[in-house]
Amino acid sequence: MADVVSFDKIKHKKKMATEDIVFTVLNTTFLVLFAVVTLYPVLNTLAYSFNEGNDAVRGGIYLLPRKWSLRSYHEILFERPGIRVGAKVTVARTILGTLTSLAANALLSFILSRKKFLFKSGLSLFWIITMYASGGMIPVLVLFRYLHLTSSFWVYIIPGMVSAFNVMVMRTYMAGIPDSLEEAAQLEGAGYMRVFISIISPLCKPVYATIALFVAVYHWNSWFDAMLYNRFDPQYTTLQYELMKLLDSVSATTGTSSGAQMTQSAAANTITPITVRAAATIATMAPIIALYPFLQRYFVTGLTIGGVKE
Amino acid sequence: MENSIVKSKRVKEVDINKPKLTAKEFKRQWILVAISAVYVIYGIIFYYLPLAGWIIAFQNFVFAKGIGGSKWVGIDKFKFLFSDKTFLMVIRNTFVMGVLNLFFSTIVAIAFAILLNEVRNKYFKKSIQTISYMPHFLSWIIVVAIVHDALTSTGIINDILLRLGILKAPYAFLGDPKLFWGIVTLSHLWKETGWNAIIYLAAITSIDPCLYESASIDGAGRFQKMRYVTLPGLRPTIMILLLMNMGNVLNAGFELQYLLGNGLVQNVSRTIDIYILDWALDARNMDYSLGTAAGIFKTVVSMTFIVVSNYIAKKKGDERLF
Repeated sequence: MADVVSFDKIKHKKKMATEDIVFTVLNTTFLVLFAVVTLYPVLNTLAYSFNEGNDAVRGGIYLLPRKWSLRSYHEILFERPGIRVGAKVTVARTILGTLTSLAANALLSFILSRKKFLFKSGLSLFWIITMYASGGMIPVLVLFRYLHLTSSFWVYIIPGMVSAFNVMVMRTYMAGIPDSLEEAAQLEGAGYMRVFISIISPLCKPVYATIALFVAVYHWNSWFDAMLYNRFDPQYTTLQYELMKLLDSVSATTGTSSGAQMTQSAAANTITPITVRAAATIATMAPIIALYPFLQRYFVTGLTIGGVKE
Repeated sequence: MENSIVKSKRVKEVDINKPKLTAKEFKRQWILVAISAVYVIYGIIFYYLPLAGWIIAFQNFVFAKGIGGSKWVGIDKFKFLFSDKTFLMVIRNTFVMGVLNLFFSTIVAIAFAILLNEVRNKYFKKSIQTISYMPHFLSWIIVVAIVHDALTSTGIINDILLRLGILKAPYAFLGDPKLFWGIVTLSHLWKETGWNAIIYLAAITSIDPCLYESASIDGAGRFQKMRYVTLPGLRPTIMILLLMNMGNVLNAGFELQYLLGNGLVQNVSRTIDIYILDWALDARNMDYSLGTAAGIFKTVVSMTFIVVSNYIAKKKGDERLF
């Protein structure tokens, strides 16, 4: 009897082991495939961007360019003033927007995380409501026109400076810092602003980094505000908006036509060769991809800080 | 002695929990109060004034005349909206794409998180995860450029299908209205699966390891552990994320559809936001009031979704937002 049991156990274990191996192989294959699907389009665009324009129209370019050429990069860097302006505006809004937004969000989070603050719950509610109820696109547009924020660089900086969501994340982090630190500083005569700058902020570096990254990525990737508020003001265009216009000029000739027409019109389209768009795409994503490996740990902490519930 | 310390602590705790609005306390906190006032003014201008701006939905709003000078038209704009076939169509499109997106992005992210969690090799796991959430940081413009490239006549999808002999000639995927919703859902999955999985992976790591051990002792295999330990352990996270995203179902339909849509698919691609934008940007038929009315509809429906799903979660005893 005992023998039978142990025999069964061995058989069971063996079965588990083969099942394990099969699973591991399948799972690994699946995950590698997933990574390939994620990376391939980016690498393919990279290959196109280094290919010669007329040759690229034939298609059939995968991971390496067929006919090397730096022509497309030359074009986007030197021959398209819109992209240059867009790049300048985007860099300016990313730096200024991130700094102002970080300062504004941090200060509000500091106030909301003071347990003794008299209007704590009222002020919290005031900001939480803004997360759920929004006026919508048109009333905001009308308001910005009245405030003369349209046709202006400041529309990128001022309206989005305080975000309730970011404030909630930061507040949760700050609330976790022991009160005794604040109390000790206050006993030695430090005021609230001193506590914020010298005690709390240095301890909040990880959450500051996370929020700064979120905001910076948001600014870098913005195009809709450029289109809605500044579309008649080319001096305030953004990089992504310029990329969108490039994309539009290609899809207008290829995407909307069908079947055999597609190849013909793509070949005839000399206004924006696919390679120029590929080069612009790569140039636009390059800063994010380049910084990504170094910064990614902050992205993750940002999502897990204090959980989702707040 | 000990007693008095406990007592003083307790007194202090009460103080912490309920600061009294006294002149002395107000004076001590004056700087916090002053700064808060600035934030309140800022919030009123940029978040609450647009809500007050809803009144232009009941006018024939003309910017030059202002809110004071524009003609009041009652609920005419809403009447027009609900008799406009295009509006009903964009509601359907927004809702269908929102639900498809919510459903598939949740399922695929959970599946991805569970599968990734089963990987034993630390470096492999880390590499896959790092790659998986890279697309989250790319703009929709770039994602659309990529999707567009993949689906053109010379793109990789046509290439593969031609080589496999499934297609005889390149197919214009982006011009086919039947495929548009699928393409939108897949594009979302490409961009966000890795990112959405982060939160589930974090939740899996916080499941008590004892549960897995005892499941093993009871003879549970890998799949049984996934089914009976991991999934139930994820339930609160899934519920709370679903609740949070319910309010976004109608918001999830703008950038991608706007950029990917074209004349051939506009009956399935246009969403409420695109409809609003068209009324706002159209130089000849510009109608801010109509756009505002459509926006009010969207916000009210979104709020209703949140409140109702929250109520259901409460009834069922699950996690809830408020």
